[in-house]
Amino acid sequence: MTTSLSPDQKTIHFLNRTSFGATPNTVQRVNRIGIRAYLDEQLEPEKIADDLAEAKTAGLKTMRLNPGQLFELYPPPKIAKEQAAMGAQMQQAPRLIIYELQQARLLRAVHSERQLYELMVDFWNNHFNIFAAKGADRWLTTSYDRDTIRPHALGKFRDLLLATAQSPAMLFYLDNWLSVSPNGAFTRMPANARRRGLNENYGRELMELHTLGVDGGYTQQDVREVARCFTGWTLVRPRGDAEFHFEPRLHDPGEKIVLGRRINGGGMEDGRQVIDLLADHPSTAKFIASKLARRFVADDPPAAIVNRAADAFRRSEGDIRTVLRTIIDSPEFLSPDVYRAKVKKPLEFAASALRITGADTKVTPQLVRYLGRMGEPLFLAQPPTGYPDTGSSWISPDMLLTRMNFAADLVGNRLDGARVTAEGLRDTQALIRLIAPDSLSPATRQALAQTDQKDAPALLLAAPEFQRR
Amino acid sequence: MNFSRRSFLKSTGLGFLALGLPPSFLVRAAGAEQNARGKALVVVFQRGGMDGLNVVIPFKDQAYYALRPTIAVKEPATGEERAIDLDGYFALHPALMPLKPIYDKGQLAIVHAAGSPDNSRSHFDSQDYIELGTPGIKSTPDGWLNRYLSEKPVPGSPFRGVAVSPQMPRTLAGSAPALSMSSIEEFRLRNAAMASVLENLYTNSADPLFRQGGKSLFDAMAKLRAIESKLPPSTGSYPMGRLGNGLKQIARLIKAEVGLEVAFTEIESWDTHVAEGGATGQLANRLKELGEALAAFHQDLGDHLEDVVVVTMSEFGRTARENGNRGTDHGHANVMFVLGSSVRGGKVYGRWPGLAPEVLYEGRDLNLTTDYRAVCGEVLTRHLGQRDLSKIFPGFRTRGSLGLVA
Repeated sequence: MTTSLSPDQKTIHFLNRTSFGATPNTVQRVNRIGIRAYLDEQLEPEKIADDLAEAKTAGLKTMRLNPGQLFELYPPPKIAKEQAAMGAQMQQAPRLIIYELQQARLLRAVHSERQLYELMVDFWNNHFNIFAAKGADRWLTTSYDRDTIRPHALGKFRDLLLATAQSPAMLFYLDNWLSVSPNGAFTRMPANARRRGLNENYGRELMELHTLGVDGGYTQQDVREVARCFTGWTLVRPRGDAEFHFEPRLHDPGEKIVLGRRINGGGMEDGRQVIDLLADHPSTAKFIASKLARRFVADDPPAAIVNRAADAFRRSEGDIRTVLRTIIDSPEFLSPDVYRAKVKKPLEFAASALRITGADTKVTPQLVRYLGRMGEPLFLAQPPTGYPDTGSSWISPDMLLTRMNFAADLVGNRLDGARVTAEGLRDTQALIRLIAPDSLSPATRQALAQTDQKDAPALLLAAPEFQRR
Repeated sequence: MNFSRRSFLKSTGLGFLALGLPPSFLVRAAGAEQNARGKALVVVFQRGGMDGLNVVIPFKDQAYYALRPTIAVKEPATGEERAIDLDGYFALHPALMPLKPIYDKGQLAIVHAAGSPDNSRSHFDSQDYIELGTPGIKSTPDGWLNRYLSEKPVPGSPFRGVAVSPQMPRTLAGSAPALSMSSIEEFRLRNAAMASVLENLYTNSADPLFRQGGKSLFDAMAKLRAIESKLPPSTGSYPMGRLGNGLKQIARLIKAEVGLEVAFTEIESWDTHVAEGGATGQLANRLKELGEALAAFHQDLGDHLEDVVVVTMSEFGRTARENGNRGTDHGHANVMFVLGSSVRGGKVYGRWPGLAPEVLYEGRDLNLTTDYRAVCGEVLTRHLGQRDLSKIFPGFRTRGSLGLVA
């Protein structure tokens, strides 16, 4: 084992961790201005022009609509049928909204210049996962991605946490909109028979998955108390122009103790105090630092890097940029031990294959379905955990087979929605320099020697080296 | 030079001959693939936390109807939307009607108040605990179904352990090779010209994760192609959905006698926090799919049913009391089904702890009286003939036999 990476390996490693895959252009730019300056640029995405990605997604009209407009244009099948019966034109199914979200996610991963930002949008969407096909979330996920996650993806964790807590999509997904004080005598309560008690779902996942982590030191009693604090955090018009709304009549005004601290904000302030308490909690710093280190460094990241990142999280009051910089600046980040240590998840695999081949992409249902077969149907992770970030989760025989078939279909121009040119694939050596500079395995070398020139790119994309980043 | 893995194997065999070692193990391994009818365990996982109290309803327990004013299922009687009486105390949810004849035949046993003893109410922890076989211990590196496969020293068919699920479930993950797939037909490489090169590349890779993954993949593809022509069509009328498809694929593998020993499939969406429904509604729809799929599997297997035991499980039951949204929250003990012709069915097993407030677990959930490992352990010993369970369920001791399997 060599003691350090070669300069070419450092560039590829850095780009494979901070983007959806190295391309000739990004390699050239990193080599010209250096890793540090490149990272600085990527951490200020608002200053990076992104014409191609914007042009590619311009035709996805649902991406610009609000939930009310989406509901009107893509009503649930039952309403659509009634309208059609009254002579109205048959509307398109809400499925199309999710399909456009999936398209946009993949198109941006492939074409955006703001690679680190898009990657963090994907990371936070997964961290604060919602299931886009659950009930009203079919019309709320577009806004969740656009208005809740994207504005804060490189901002302050506390802002992101509060935004998710108040997002109609999360309020609906984890049922908090239905949770009401168990002890209240609601003489003037809205006449909604379904709202008659406490629902712990959000309180639990808020601590287990969004902030403290399952070993973060909370109890079942804390879950209950947090749920009580968030009573009244609800939404109006879930199927329509949905908005966050605090309803004092649904709120539990009694005394609450969370993690040993008395919560005494009163009304909506109770929930805010819980957000602050959790955002400032050392377990949260550790948990978020671990997850980011797992994303950027290794499945089982070195303790030193996690501790440093957790420390940066605390000192910067949860500034996501600062934590990312700390991780990427750490000496362990460029250690040979973590070179290609991560297995690409399906989105990363597919996007990097489209990027490295310079494919002209217009995402189609076939392309999106491929991601599903690889195990990652976008926006459709049902459990609140989102998708796993460990290599062994992504290499079952079926998933591996799907990756090999994707590589062959892409290079053979049989993939509906992606066109590769012979020019983009001619230079096998150039592809190798982008995938595994000075580090192609003997097995892959031998396989290449036995392969037809025209199949060489497919083989490279199907090889173990390209499954890792 | 162009050597395939198989010619490599052959030459290794010759090497053994040259060394004077008997090639009998090679012969035996090859033979095992051709005649591999054997016993099998099929695990059905119900992800999301099934509300067992509304699945096998304790209609004689005084507390049941008080705890569930809007979602209780009415006691058995003539008329619509009534529970189906099993033994005068428990009744089956009406959507599970397809299972009643199987119960009456004595081929379906029910274990109530069963599950994992850990008190976690997290879906993810609880599923992991059950799948790993070590409640309360998260660091266990492999699943209990995989450890069962590891206990047998002779390497056999690549179909010893098969999951028909979108991802390899943790319960089948581990050092023994296991396979996950979504369907038999689509399990093939589309660029056939590259198959042998890719196979060499993966099986000779220095990357252990991908070497193992590739080996499982190419072994399985080769064997599937070899048996494809003799795969019987399915004869059951399976419902649409993941479970129906999963059981259909598993039945085909069992009937093709490819050496399947443990199989896994799953059905989602049991997390009924809101508007759970009673005799009809959300939960009833899931149960309809479950009942139809199990009944179709039962019929499809024909005389192979004697080789098979199906066990159903879910990560936890749900609160005894309905919540404010006409649903139920994460709870504790649940109900399990054990189905097969070697099962002593037609009976509800397990001590009933009752639903009175003072006997509820942590004041809110059905108490647990049977550990799911006792149920699975008994199937492993009595049906699959696995004597020693100490590595499969480390640290777990059963207290006598339940008598579930003949």
